[in-house]
Amino acid sequence: MQQETIAAIATPPGEGGIAIIRVSGSEAIAKVGAIFKPRIKDRALNQLHGYQMILGWIVDDQGQPIDECLLAVMRKPHSYTAEDTVEIHCHGGVLAARQCLEQVLGQGIREAYPGEFTQQAYLNGRLDASQAEAVIEIIRARSKKALNLAVKQLSGYNSRYIHRLEDRLIQAAALIEASIDFPEEVGEPDYEEIARLLAEVQHHLGQLLAAGKRAEIYRSGVKVVICGKPNVGKSSLLNWLSGRDRAIVTEIPGTTRDIIEEYVNIKGIPVRLIDTAGIRKTEDRVEAIGVQMAQQAISEAALAIFLLDITSGITLEDEEVFHSLNPDRTIILINKDDLVEKQIDHERIQACFPGIPVIFGSVREEQGLNELQNRVEAMILSGLGREGEVEMLLSARQQQILQDCQEHIESVSEILGQVSLDCLAVEISELLEDMSELTGKSLKADAIERIFRDFCIGK
Amino acid sequence: MVYDAGSYDVVVIGAGHAGCEAALAAARMGCRTLLSTLSIEHIALMPCNPSVGGPAKAQVVREIDALGGEMAINTDKACIQMRMINTGKGPAVQALRAQADKHQYHWAMVDTLLQQPGLDLLMAEVEKIEADQSGVAAVVTRTGARYLCKAVVVTSGTYLKGRIIIGDVIYDGGPNNQVPAMKLSQSLMELGLTLGRFKTGTPPRINRRSVDFSKMIEQPGDERPLRFSYLSPLEPRQQISCWLTHSTPLTHQIVMDNIHRAPMFTGVIKGRGPRYCPSFEDKVVRFSHKSSHQLFIEPEGRNTDEMYVQGLNTSLPEDVQLQVLRSIPGLENVHMMRTGYAIEYDYVIPSQLKLSLETRVIPGLFTAGQVNGTSGYEEAAGQGLIAGINAALKVQDREVLILKRSEAYLGVLIDDLVNKENDEPYRLLTSRAEYRLLLRQDNADLRLTAKGREIGLVDDVRWEAFSLKLDRLEAAKKQMVETTFTPGDAKMTSFLAAQNSAPLKDRISLWELLRRPEIEIGQLVEQGWLEEAPPDILEQLEIQSKYEGYINKQREQVKKFEKLEERRIPEDIDYGEVYGLSNEALQKLQAIRPRSIGQASRISGVNPADINVLLINLEKARRKS
Ligand SMILES: Nc1nc2c(ncn2[C@@H]2O[C@H](COP(=O)(O)OP(=O)(O)OP(=O)(O)O)[C@@H](O)[C@H]2O)c(=O)[nH]1
Ligand SMILES: [Mg+2]
Repeated sequence: MQQETIAAIATPPGEGGIAIIRVSGSEAIAKVGAIFKPRIKDRALNQLHGYQMILGWIVDDQGQPIDECLLAVMRKPHSYTAEDTVEIHCHGGVLAARQCLEQVLGQGIREAYPGEFTQQAYLNGRLDASQAEAVIEIIRARSKKALNLAVKQLSGYNSRYIHRLEDRLIQAAALIEASIDFPEEVGEPDYEEIARLLAEVQHHLGQLLAAGKRAEIYRSGVKVVICGKPNVGKSSLLNWLSGRDRAIVTEIPGTTRDIIEEYVNIKGIPVRLIDTAGIRKTEDRVEAIGVQMAQQAISEAALAIFLLDITSGITLEDEEVFHSLNPDRTIILINKDDLVEKQIDHERIQACFPGIPVIFGSVREEQGLNELQNRVEAMILSGLGREGEVEMLLSARQQQILQDCQEHIESVSEILGQVSLDCLAVEISELLEDMSELTGKSLKADAIERIFRDFCIGK
Repeated sequence: MVYDAGSYDVVVIGAGHAGCEAALAAARMGCRTLLSTLSIEHIALMPCNPSVGGPAKAQVVREIDALGGEMAINTDKACIQMRMINTGKGPAVQALRAQADKHQYHWAMVDTLLQQPGLDLLMAEVEKIEADQSGVAAVVTRTGARYLCKAVVVTSGTYLKGRIIIGDVIYDGGPNNQVPAMKLSQSLMELGLTLGRFKTGTPPRINRRSVDFSKMIEQPGDERPLRFSYLSPLEPRQQISCWLTHSTPLTHQIVMDNIHRAPMFTGVIKGRGPRYCPSFEDKVVRFSHKSSHQLFIEPEGRNTDEMYVQGLNTSLPEDVQLQVLRSIPGLENVHMMRTGYAIEYDYVIPSQLKLSLETRVIPGLFTAGQVNGTSGYEEAAGQGLIAGINAALKVQDREVLILKRSEAYLGVLIDDLVNKENDEPYRLLTSRAEYRLLLRQDNADLRLTAKGREIGLVDDVRWEAFSLKLDRLEAAKKQMVETTFTPGDAKMTSFLAAQNSAPLKDRISLWELLRRPEIEIGQLVEQGWLEEAPPDILEQLEIQSKYEGYINKQREQVKKFEKLEERRIPEDIDYGEVYGLSNEALQKLQAIRPRSIGQASRISGVNPADINVLLINLEKARRKS
């Protein structure tokens, strides 16, 4: 039997080191190939023989690198699962691996259950029969675990949201199905009501997704990069936020040449703070590599703190740094505000970097740094709802389902009233099925029950 | 005294909608068949509503026809009104519905049965089925006749230990005051089958001459000629109207004032009633916020004044029924000809069946129709057909016929019956089908006629008509794909402008053009781009083109679904030896013994972990052998 293509992080969870994502199944090579950018241009993943490796990046939908990875290709039946397999060795640690996995799942690959690779291997005849029982133990254990998890997730506080979501979707389905199966009693469906219900579902989906992302942030943390031209005070800021003298600080521009990482806690959020080499054009080879790494770090970070020196005005170098930043994920700190010579004011900043939040402060005098932390927190959590609204930890798979549902509802809302009812029903049952996967119970049957509950039907 | 009365290949017990199809199918497939009924005067009786079809049911009637069954042809013969319903909701859920002349329906079916070579009709009460684990041997009637046979199909409807309830009047009886079958239940139980008890009901009938139609809304049939069977002539017919009225607050008051006398509230009725067909008193209580319910007054035939009050199922006492009727606009002076009643009956719990409708305990014993806990003439006839076919195939030692959920509503129906737990009579709904867009009433022949031919049920007349249609369809489709137009085409440009349709940007085929919602196939014929063809061919082309996207989407889903359906489980599997199954799954699998992994996954109580466990064990067993 042909197996579904599945993926999961295969290395045990933990900080640092290399994490491996295993992707197994007939579509593994093609689908990973679609999100992989090789370092050497004309080497493509699907040209590789079994047991060959290739270096490059897993990229996001815009083609931006998520992480540098080494990919190993194994062709069936010469792999653990005896299916075509790609192993993605993520260099950026667990966090980057999770982001890569999400990108893989975004290609329509399903996240594997614990033990599923072993199951594939067994079903493909890779393991001998004595191992069958061991595989079954894993399946039984995981179904129990999944159940516990589902029960925990769906109990009490969070269940309200899930149920509201299901309820509206089932209601929309019931309106359509009742009109189809009992035309004489029910008549035409109320399209406005269906549209209203779908909008509500979409709203709740958005809330859940946001809550999931927020929980994920508190659990796994985010990457924040400090950047700017040399000598603006980047290392000083890292030292202050971490509460110790981690990085060397001197008045010599170009002091920091390597990437310096430090885990700090900003308003309860675990932040992996990265101090970079000051970005400038340089002849020094060591420094040049440092600058390159800084740019890489910027592209991977969730947020950048962009430092300027108030005494030097806004220079060409500053503008160059700004070019490599994502303006939606940037906070500007105008440092050294304690000094008398002020070459930068609000107007200048607004003119050069419109719309970016700006704080004037001094690392040395510890001014504006509390405001900076508030800003960092707000920006990381922006769009993710308020604390206490919904609390929910989502697996990559669950997140994927919610995202799919949201996109699907959007397209359904667009065609509402334009396609015939039987086609609309196809879309709605797909949605129901996706949602069923989230909560583990069949919603289609519920929709039929709902018809009998809410509509007076029958001859 | 029991005597030897003869021998048959197949004996069918009960000549309702299921029994007639079963007997005709078996005989047409070459089996010597006996059809036994309690009353020849009540063959193919419609003891409830005088109509056939509607959503999901119409598709079933067409499927029966496509396979070579009788219901569609018989309905066309007896039809006094036909309407297409759900017309604005898309081709997949459009459904034909006919009002039938009950008497003509009965006579036409008797006529067909009598003319069928190899089929004998018998009026008798079968009391006993002689059988053991190795198979059925004979049936014995109340008067001692013993008929040897190789297969038996039980299609006894709601007659098994039937009990009629009207208020506090209760007596043993079958539908429509027929005698019930009091002994057969016992025989089925002795053979090892478990029976349950269900309830259903019917409304009172009234005299047309006592109705004031001026207070009602007329419901005429469609003007264009319609038909169920692909073989019936498509010609206009004389139609009789139905009438729409409604209950009033006074009606509901009468019900509430007498609710203490209603059997369902006094506890006299214990059997479960269907929620899609609630009694009127149930509707009044459960939907108390509604001050009015629709009621349709439907003719029962051309040569009778009896009319059916659709929406007024009731087992209220007779005097209350009369008061209720007379509180309804247009029925102020009504004369009630038959009293409404509830009926309780034994049914065979269908999880004891294989997907072929053969019982698992006794090889060669099949059950079909309402006796399997379903409701509806169409559901009954469909099961009867499948059971009759499989009984014949069994006798002939051939491979069984099982329709998949992706092939037919009949597949959905039987698969649901066997795998899902039902606590009310099962009614088919289009929403129970996953692949509704593929299971349309317009393509039942394309889905099933080849299968019917293969098993030997589709005769030459039907086969030739079908083959001709198929050829014409394919030729027309080819022409439409191959005929293309460029943006410069003057005739096309002016045509599109006239239809308010966007001008062409690229070369486009006729097939693609038809996808545009504003373009109709008739216009393409008018313009001379497409050859004139019979309406069913044009309709088919139009649906296939316009819905191609969604149809392909469902085809993809079907591919996935069928992978698991084709993964067969060995018939001799010992579930006790399957390591790692949950207790509930073990019991269910042992009881139902699914044919495939797909079927196993639909059984209530079997979860995905159990399916994985099963897969691994199957692999293990395969390697050992
Ligand atoms: N007056 C004043 N001096 C500061 C402040 N913050 C940092 N400095 C000084 O600025 C100089 C450079 O600081 P660093 O933290 O090394 O700057 P950097 O951005 O890391 O420099 P590079 O690593 O060379 O790119 C040091 O002498 C600091 O003491 C401030 O708020 N006020
Ligand atoms: Mg530094």
